[in-house]
Amino acid sequence: MIYREAGDFKTTYAADNQTFPIKGDRFAYYVVLAFALGVMPFIITDYWANAIVIPFLIYTIAALGLNILIGYCGQLSLGTGGFMAVGAYSSFKLMTSFPELSIVFVVILAGLCTAAVGVAFGLPSLRIKGFYLAVATLAAQFFLIWLFTRTGWFFNYSPTGMITAPTRTVFGYPVTGPRASAVSMYLFCLAFLIAVAWLARNLTRGTLGRKWMAIRDMDIAAEIIGVNPLTAKLSAFAVSSFFVGIAGALLFTVYLGAAEAGEAFGIDKSFLVLFMVIIGGLGSILGSFLGAFFLIVGPVLLKLLLVDNLRWPSDVAAHLEIMIIGALIIIFLVLEPHGLTALWRTIKEKLRLWPFPH
Amino acid sequence: MPDTMLFAMEAALNGLTAGVMYALVALGFVLIFKASGIFNFSQGVMALFAALTLVGLQSGQVPFAHLINAIFGTRIHYFGWTLPTLVAIAGTVAVMVAFAWLVERYIFRHLVNQEPIILFMATIGLAYFLEGLGDVMWGAEVKRLDVGIPQGMSGTVDDLTFAWFGYGFYMDTLELWAALIAGVLVLSLILFSQYTKQGRALRAVADDHQAALSVGISLRFIWVLVWSMAGIVALVAGMMWGAKSGVQFSLSLIALKALPVLILGGFTSIPGAIVGGLIIGVGERLFDFFLGPIIGGATENWFAYMLALVFLLFRPQGLFGEKIIERV
Repeated sequence: MIYREAGDFKTTYAADNQTFPIKGDRFAYYVVLAFALGVMPFIITDYWANAIVIPFLIYTIAALGLNILIGYCGQLSLGTGGFMAVGAYSSFKLMTSFPELSIVFVVILAGLCTAAVGVAFGLPSLRIKGFYLAVATLAAQFFLIWLFTRTGWFFNYSPTGMITAPTRTVFGYPVTGPRASAVSMYLFCLAFLIAVAWLARNLTRGTLGRKWMAIRDMDIAAEIIGVNPLTAKLSAFAVSSFFVGIAGALLFTVYLGAAEAGEAFGIDKSFLVLFMVIIGGLGSILGSFLGAFFLIVGPVLLKLLLVDNLRWPSDVAAHLEIMIIGALIIIFLVLEPHGLTALWRTIKEKLRLWPFPH
Repeated sequence: MPDTMLFAMEAALNGLTAGVMYALVALGFVLIFKASGIFNFSQGVMALFAALTLVGLQSGQVPFAHLINAIFGTRIHYFGWTLPTLVAIAGTVAVMVAFAWLVERYIFRHLVNQEPIILFMATIGLAYFLEGLGDVMWGAEVKRLDVGIPQGMSGTVDDLTFAWFGYGFYMDTLELWAALIAGVLVLSLILFSQYTKQGRALRAVADDHQAALSVGISLRFIWVLVWSMAGIVALVAGMMWGAKSGVQFSLSLIALKALPVLILGGFTSIPGAIVGGLIIGVGERLFDFFLGPIIGGATENWFAYMLALVFLLFRPQGLFGEKIIERV
């Protein structure tokens, strides 16, 4: 009754090829978009923005980036934290070297810098595959973090080794620095997320996305039918690192405000984003959103429950939290190895037939 | 002989002993990867957990003391006894075997035939779980581990090298012992896999799962066996690292160091793990010794990975790994 394809006739190819061919999906998409743009800015509070909404937006961008690399192109990467650090540090250098440059361009340029670094570290993928590649990307993670903590030029020789984001404005409203309000930060991140998601969706269903998927499914066969593995793999690395770099730049400039490479962009960040991609569902745009939501909201809820409700000491709660998250990931993989998207797909199948299942 | 040469030799020797430690962790990886194709990321945390359990049993800590205190408002921490080292080790081995059984029964049995990346993710989940469990069970503070192995500078090495070169090398007795114990461990592993029935079954499974199944080898038993063996190897590694620098969270990070070792040696080769460990150990010390002062120090954080990366470009299957043959 609720979710139907029957009776939804297409009369043009354009209508048939649109992103959301089913009316119910399209409707839901517009509702979510309208809510995010029209309602959220008025009800958002500082606590919700800082605890859930802004990290969710930023990590979704990172998860989209990693999903392109792992889910669509099949190249396993553990260097996400390092690439986010590249985004953060290049945005810092751009902001301090060119103070009059708009923050929007700063974030985009930071993404482009990261894309260049990503392509450089993606070069080994032409020779090595699978877990060997995963370990090779760890080289990126550790080398980049080491570079950013050891080379004074990157943090402008500040004595603490921290980088701090100066205040920048968009249309007169500060979006970075201490004076930024929750609403402006939210809208700024949301704008990037919408742009990135739109780009990701349209890239993955076009020629480039099909090339990536061919490489993922079987690279030799893809090569034989005329997909150039060099351009396909490197473009996946470039697009993925571009998104991850944007996420890193936003995380530093908007969310954290001050960061230190080893602490803010360590290997645990790589795993966090990887978890989001896997739990959300490999090779799915929606999955990146769901996975990021699950892993941002989950820990906050656990903390609310353990520390605020049961009043356990915060160190015990923190350890229990790690344990529960680990257990959840395992349980999830055992029950639904293809992630939340697979769950959503099952629900849709059921809804299509409801209330007459036969 | 010039002094720099001597210092470099000392650094290389110390690198060798550090390499033994890396090799120990890498060994656990190889065992599991060969037998089940699972890339076990939790090996390092297993080492940490084993070491924590050993200390806990030895000093008679109450498991989950902090949690119990938090729930019931009590103040219990110790049972008030201390166990002899050997008993504690036996207890820890029992815990690790039980852990292996649980892992097989509740996780990997359900994940048979899944893609490798799913299995890999499950082991990362397992690593988080174990890390949290270790902290909740035994507390998160840094603990001293004393298993009765002598520590400090080795006088014999000092005297011997002084007699030869006129300069005494500094080496930790503990690391010499670690190398010895690692040697014994590897030897017994080889003997086990070559000359026992279970060892032969293990090699059969590593060769071909389906063929092994068809001649009546129980895969489940082999998996429990191999996870237990990895647990015991983890215990040895955890003991050595723990005795050296205290039992603490950073211990689990040695797992990350074992990854380039694996790449260098090949995922499926036990000798590869050992040779790879030694190469990485010596390589990173020498690199830091010669180039560290020039480019800013602490190069051991990434040198191993870079070495592995460059190495992979020339030999994608590692030193001793099986040649990768691809067909469409």
